[in-house]
Amino acid sequence: MVLVLAIGDLHVPYRAPDLPAKFKSMLVPGKIQHIICTGNLCIKEVHDYLKNLCPSLHITRGEYDEDAQYPETKTLTIGQFKLGLCHGHQVVPWGDLDSLAMLQRQLDVDILVTGHTHQFKAYKHEAGVVINPGSATGAYSSITYDVNPSFVLMDIDGLRVVVYVYELIDGEVKVDKIDFKKTGTATSHSAH
Amino acid sequence: MMIADGIEDEEKWLAEGIAGIQHNAFYLHRAVDSNNLREALKYSAQLLSELRTSRLSPHKYYELYMRAFDELRRLEMFFKDEERHGCSVLDLYELVQHAGNVLPRLYLLCTVGSVYIKSKEAPAKDVLKDLVEMCRSVQHPIRGLFLRSYLAQISRDKLPDIGSEYEGDGDTVMDAVDFVLQNFTEMNKLWVRMQHQGPIRVKEKLDKERSELRDLVGKNLHVLSQIEGVDLEIYKDTVLPRVLEQVVNCKDELAQHYLMDCIIQVFPDEYHLQTLETLLGAFPQLQPAVDIKTVLSQLMDRLSNYAASSAEVLPEFLQVEAFAKLSNAIGKVIEAQVEMPVVGAISLYVSLLTFALRVHSDRLDYVDQVLGACVKKLSGSPKLEDNKATKQVVALLTAPLEKYNDIDTALTLSNYPHVMDHLDAGTNKIMAMVLIQSIMKYNTCVSTAEKVDVLFELIKGLIKDIDGTLADELDEEDFKEEQNSVARLVHMLYNDDPEEMLQIICTVRKHIMAGGPKRLPFTVPPLVFSALKLVRRLQGLDGEVAGEEVPATPRKIFQLLNQIIEALSNVPSPELALRLYLQCAEAANDCDLEPVAYEFFTQAFVLYEEEVADSKAQVTSIHLIIGTLQRMNAFGVENRDTLTHKATGYSAKLLKKPDQCRAVYACSHLFWVDDQDGIKDGERFKLIFRHNWT
Repeated sequence: MVLVLAIGDLHVPYRAPDLPAKFKSMLVPGKIQHIICTGNLCIKEVHDYLKNLCPSLHITRGEYDEDAQYPETKTLTIGQFKLGLCHGHQVVPWGDLDSLAMLQRQLDVDILVTGHTHQFKAYKHEAGVVINPGSATGAYSSITYDVNPSFVLMDIDGLRVVVYVYELIDGEVKVDKIDFKKTGTATSHSAH
Repeated sequence: MMIADGIEDEEKWLAEGIAGIQHNAFYLHRAVDSNNLREALKYSAQLLSELRTSRLSPHKYYELYMRAFDELRRLEMFFKDEERHGCSVLDLYELVQHAGNVLPRLYLLCTVGSVYIKSKEAPAKDVLKDLVEMCRSVQHPIRGLFLRSYLAQISRDKLPDIGSEYEGDGDTVMDAVDFVLQNFTEMNKLWVRMQHQGPIRVKEKLDKERSELRDLVGKNLHVLSQIEGVDLEIYKDTVLPRVLEQVVNCKDELAQHYLMDCIIQVFPDEYHLQTLETLLGAFPQLQPAVDIKTVLSQLMDRLSNYAASSAEVLPEFLQVEAFAKLSNAIGKVIEAQVEMPVVGAISLYVSLLTFALRVHSDRLDYVDQVLGACVKKLSGSPKLEDNKATKQVVALLTAPLEKYNDIDTALTLSNYPHVMDHLDAGTNKIMAMVLIQSIMKYNTCVSTAEKVDVLFELIKGLIKDIDGTLADELDEEDFKEEQNSVARLVHMLYNDDPEEMLQIICTVRKHIMAGGPKRLPFTVPPLVFSALKLVRRLQGLDGEVAGEEVPATPRKIFQLLNQIIEALSNVPSPELALRLYLQCAEAANDCDLEPVAYEFFTQAFVLYEEEVADSKAQVTSIHLIIGTLQRMNAFGVENRDTLTHKATGYSAKLLKKPDQCRAVYACSHLFWVDDQDGIKDGERFKLIFRHNWT
């Protein structure tokens, strides 16, 4: 059982002052094994905060990130799954599923995690799963109206990954979960 | 060398003294056992002679005294038992006065006096009066203090207090009070005189020795507070005035500090409240070197706790006008003690402010008054350079923030900005950070343009260069932290009413524009997004708000945004500006403002053409342009074509071939928009594609 936090588009401090207090109290060091961050933190303080949550921190570059050294894309293997990470502003049209699927094939990964649209998404697509953790601070987006703060926690266990999405709606944290199973080349899923 | 010898000698003398006491005690016990009064008196006198020494320090003298004290207790029991020695107490009282030396004589007299009072053969007040006056014969400070201390100890339970057995006709509480006051007065005089006696000694050593004896003097005040019959009236009319008289007249700083402290500790807070004026009246009369602020702070602390103890007490505070009195007293002290350094005055104000916040937290006018008094003091002094003084001013300014948890309240204090004006640039920044942190911590929202204006004035040290301190001189990390704090702050400025919100945005803009090129990249983006959020809100509202001034409209806001982003060109910060222009373009598109959106795109392209030189930056920027353009649906065919053509052209001109391919491929989506208008220009698409692949 490996816990992976997928988080991004915080846009601190240019679009938001900080993570919501309720999220902060939930995210404590020592519980998560990996963090994959889609980008647009934007400042070093946020990087340090995430690093403190979990030393295994993987970040790709968002177009507003202070640190220009983050890579455009990243791949890593966790357990039986290959994960791909990219902010998403590079993939035009933004948020387009087919275009993202192309990126997934290009990176050759089971799970692709991207951001940029600030809208949570998790769906199965052909050979894999595409996840967008949304914006952890609910930052303004030209693409999405009424952004609720959200992040994703993936529980990778053997050939199965359970995707928990945490959303802050009207001051309350709501959790939903989606199951994905990897069978040979194809991944099947059951949504709740 | 000398000192070491001295200590050794003292040990020797003490040992000798103790030996002397033990020696005589042996014979004394034998005399007492055989009921031999004459022998008992002889040996007790000899024993007490050891206390006549001048050679011991107070600490060592005390050890000697305690041994003698023990012996006197047994002697007293013997004296009490008339059957054993056959002498009436009256005769005994006269008999002991035949002792040769004055000190032993007086110790014996006090001891007999104790028995005399217990016997009730004479009124307590007469005996006590006699004793306290007789003790005058011993004027040596240490010897006199211990003698009178002995008197105080044995008389303690024999005072004619209300309800005591010694109360009788003629014997009243006032007699008890008079006795204790007199003993106290004489003891204080002796105590003060200690510094003048003997060879010239090092001041620290002397002060230390005197400190060791202070409780002997203070004990009298404690006794006074314990006398049941001393009610508020007596305290107010007799006790306090006479004690204060002695305190002031002795003109000794050690004594004054200790005794004022003692008074405050020992008597009930209720009394202090009712005698506030008298008590405070003493302060300006004290020696300049007395650390008044500590004593006053103590007093105010106690009163604060008293106020907090029960709600019923509060009206009393108002009735005696406690705050006004304290305020005046502090003013008088500062005036009287011209030599007092600024830090002293400020810390007094900090104590007063703390008092006001704890006792009268609803009276913002009191808080403002204290700040005002502080401003006056600061205005009269040269610019603050003293570190400690600066810390005190910061403490003064932080206290209301912590009390009220709400920046709004601090912003209404008219003197608050004036106090901040007196801080040097560095401290202003520290205070500014404190303000911002307070807002962030309590999640406060600053909701009017007016308040925002005041706030940004307060934190001006962060917003712009003041007083010649350049941003260059600052450590880069620190500078970033500061500016990021300001950026975060912008998100806490909000009002539901669009008009007010627009005013807030304009106010912020006014302030940050003075920040200079180094600050703009930090402060402009949050303002831009704040404005874009307002645009979105206005989209949701239908129609225009009629009436008065020109209402807030998206168009107006876009105008403003254009100007704000343009300021970034002075930095220069082209990539950031480009991104912000694109954000505005999208927002304008959503408002269906085609020309406005087009204008933003034009600006973005200009920046791309002229300023974005780095190839990696170009790749990102062109993708952002393409991505944004792909989402545009407000453009008519002509505008769309122009922009698409430009985007495709630049894509083909990227440095590296793979980048060219990807960008041009992305551009293909510009010809294939899946919306109601159904622009699916397959032909054009093919043309462009082919054109770029040759």
